[in-house]
Amino acid sequence: MAGDLFERYNRQTILQGWGFPAQECLQKARVLVLGAGGLGCPALQYLAAAGVGHIGIIDFDVIELSNLQRQTLYTTAEIGMKKADCAAERIIAINPEITVTSIPVRLTASNAIKLIRGYDVVLDGTDNFATRYMINDACVLLGIPLIYGAVYGYEGQVSVFNYAQDATSPVVNYRDLFPVPPDPEYVPSCNEAGVIGVLPGIIGTMQAAEALKVITGVGQVLSDSLLSYNLLTQTSYVISITPHPDRQMNCPVDVTAFERFNYDWFCHSADLSCEITADTLESLLVANDVVVIDIREAGEEPVATYLQTLKLPGSRFTPEALIDLKEKDIVIVCQTGKRSLKLCRVLRTKFPEWSIFSLSGGVLNWNLHQLSQGILK
Amino acid sequence: MTIHILFFGQLAEVTHVSSMQLDDIHDTDILAVTLQGRFPIMASIETLVAVNRKVIREKTELNDGDTVAILPPFSGG
Repeated sequence: MAGDLFERYNRQTILQGWGFPAQECLQKARVLVLGAGGLGCPALQYLAAAGVGHIGIIDFDVIELSNLQRQTLYTTAEIGMKKADCAAERIIAINPEITVTSIPVRLTASNAIKLIRGYDVVLDGTDNFATRYMINDACVLLGIPLIYGAVYGYEGQVSVFNYAQDATSPVVNYRDLFPVPPDPEYVPSCNEAGVIGVLPGIIGTMQAAEALKVITGVGQVLSDSLLSYNLLTQTSYVISITPHPDRQMNCPVDVTAFERFNYDWFCHSADLSCEITADTLESLLVANDVVVIDIREAGEEPVATYLQTLKLPGSRFTPEALIDLKEKDIVIVCQTGKRSLKLCRVLRTKFPEWSIFSLSGGVLNWNLHQLSQGILK
Repeated sequence: MTIHILFFGQLAEVTHVSSMQLDDIHDTDILAVTLQGRFPIMASIETLVAVNRKVIREKTELNDGDTVAILPPFSGG
């Protein structure tokens, strides 16, 4: 190790249990930080300062005035600029010996695998359930340890997924904690509920600590445990996690299924308008218990391709026919999507708690969609 | 017999306490029914339940002095 590096990392290389071997592990490591916000900022600064050799930062957001009470890498003069770029610039200034890649794009199911692959550790600093489930599933499919952290009010949670401390310890992921996403109505976000800046500061720093431990193998990682921290009482409570019997229930089985999975729908965060697209219907069919009802009259062609339907012709349709289906997602289809939309609106008024949709563009559009995907030979 | 219950996140907001003690709750199903009777909104919140710091997914017998932690998911960052 060169003289200035020797000096830069001196306080940790002289630390008992850390030393030069750990430092070398850090230098070779590639860590991806998703979200350069309240959790990402403190995590990034400690990962960079400690000498993680390559750090990627994904965040498509720009800096806003209301971010500055907790997102401490940014200055007032940087309002309106891209978080990923500003964070990268700041941590390179902290440690010019490392490589930092700024990726100012929105993470989606179609780009996530490509962006995450190749990193040794991923740190989740995002702020919504849809993205958290998506990151979790991507890391499960790629087998990459995921450092989870999240905050609410004065409390935070930290855990490490897809990582086994030793051969006998279970490997768990977010779906072992919560296989079913919560109803967003009952889980306010930071924007709605508020947050004191030091809380994500603490939780993000804990995440950085877990990332350093995973990389170096030093210490006991929170790999089959969930730590809950309370800022008001300065207490933490750790529980041990075991694999959930339903963990695979909704999880995409491979990269293809992942890329087609609609996380916004899965987490109920999409706009709940009546109409859904053929793409969304495909995702729903994979994720949920869906019944598709064809209200076209006998003799209307063509048959809906690769779509199992219950045939209830509109002329003889009575809402009572749906009573047994109320636990399912109901998707109504007709030839072009007009009759089904009309019926959907009527049914929603009659059964406001049910989840009822109309397929936009009808069977004609659905078949075209299948054709465009090359499913029809 | 007495059990201790810990509430996290918005569950503590719903109950207005971070912990409580209940008597004669012999299993986690009875606990769930009792809590949902007092705080109906709890039925709508996804939770992770741990008995004596171990996650449980099925009805679990409770004994005197046991601690049940009930945790909701957080998404903030």
